[in-house]
Amino acid sequence: MLDDFLVRAGLAGIGLALAAGPLGCFVIWRRMAYFGDATAHAAILGVALSLTFSLSIYVGVLATALLAAFAVLALSGRIYAMDTLLGVAAHGALALGLVAVSLLSGVRVDLMAYLFGDILAVSRIDLALVWTGSLAVLLLLRLRWRALLLVTLNTDLAAARGYDARREQMILTAAMAVLVAVAIKIVGALLITAILIIPAAAARALSRTPESMAVTAALTGICAVIGGLAVSFQWDTPTGPTMVVVAVALFALSSLVPAVSRGR
Amino acid sequence: MCDLSEASGLVSLVHTQGVGVCFGTRRILRDVGISIREKEIVTIVGPNGSGKTTLLRVLIGAQAPTEGVVVRTPGVHIGYVPQRLSIDRAMPLTVSRWLRLCGAAPAAEQEHMAERVGISGLLGEQMAALSGGEFQRALLAQALLARPALLVLDEPTQGLDQPAVASFYRLIETVREEMGCAVLMVSHDLHVVMRSSNHVICLNGHVCCEGTPTVVSAAPEYQALFGFGTEGALALYRHEHDHRHDHADKRDTHAG
Repeated sequence: MLDDFLVRAGLAGIGLALAAGPLGCFVIWRRMAYFGDATAHAAILGVALSLTFSLSIYVGVLATALLAAFAVLALSGRIYAMDTLLGVAAHGALALGLVAVSLLSGVRVDLMAYLFGDILAVSRIDLALVWTGSLAVLLLLRLRWRALLLVTLNTDLAAARGYDARREQMILTAAMAVLVAVAIKIVGALLITAILIIPAAAARALSRTPESMAVTAALTGICAVIGGLAVSFQWDTPTGPTMVVVAVALFALSSLVPAVSRGR
Repeated sequence: MCDLSEASGLVSLVHTQGVGVCFGTRRILRDVGISIREKEIVTIVGPNGSGKTTLLRVLIGAQAPTEGVVVRTPGVHIGYVPQRLSIDRAMPLTVSRWLRLCGAAPAAEQEHMAERVGISGLLGEQMAALSGGEFQRALLAQALLARPALLVLDEPTQGLDQPAVASFYRLIETVREEMGCAVLMVSHDLHVVMRSSNHVICLNGHVCCEGTPTVVSAAPEYQALFGFGTEGALALYRHEHDHRHDHADKRDTHAG
């Protein structure tokens, strides 16, 4: 069954969507959309470094994504606002990555593959890594769920319960870096934020509690993956972007749902 | 210091010794030594920028003091009602889910608490859809569900109208009697403070004076801060910014 590239693509996409849904909810709740961008763009630098030192792409991307995220975390709250630092980190890392790739002599790098991903080229090993990363992220979110929710709502309230806001922020950051690392081959650096945010945004209108929003986001992501694969197979369109288009369509549909749960 | 509340014989839940907090070069608090004993109602009063919220944050463990020590008696649960809690519209949250956030209190207990604070009809509503008074009650219920030995409230009636303020304080008083917890709050409602507190701490970067309401309202330090009339909130606008205490150091001008 895994011999079929479509089946592998579908399974990889589903694995990714499972973790991206709940994680994407936190991205939306904490207004970290730009944070996802920064980590994802840093991933391009990771690709360049991995090729230079002939490391696994996953290792290089994970390392640079973590590095960029924690650098921003460490510097934030001093003089610059978080989004300023993210702007510096995101574009700096992306530009540095592109320059570094161009300097690689003798290696022909298909950069498009890392900017937009190629889900149809997913190997069995990629598949195993995606699921491992995804399940690890899900497990982390499950274990820290209450603390993460409280810290997201109010850091002082969380502190009174004995939770450390900084620590929980780091956990989310690490989860984001892991997801970016396993997602880069599938959807690419430019579309990672899309798979985090769009399914979660679509889920918001349909949910009454944080938990139902997380589950709905994961399911919406899975629908976008399967729908995107089907559409791209039918009309021969690029698969990653097609999945995003389907997700956007689902988001548009969800916003037609009567505002039963949106508060005043 | 005119600390006249010693020898109450009650166990201290949390106390500080020589606590100071600096943000950068700005000194917010210095040499604060206070103690909250069980079953007491303690109110912190002071002008804007006097470090009231910072002191609460130190006591609940959200802010590490730059100097001094904070001792929380082991096993003491603290229920906290923050000054401001904005729940992002992006997060769907029903009142009943909010109440469950604090822990695995049985459903019956939640319903009882919701009824106790007067929000039982709203359990299925979104938090973002509540009115100001209902929202504060929901915050209080959540804090109480953790069965705290100490309930900490930071200006809990901010933004409420007069009747809502009065009923919120009555509610705090009655649940405190039922649950037997101590209450520590920051408040600008001086008349309420003077009526219902056991102990008042007057703060302005340091503890200006403390004691029973009668003692504090007669203290020259308090009168210097809030003016001579202590009737109502108008006193707040009359306080002198450049007050001096005979025992305070000469640099002690307005703290913020």
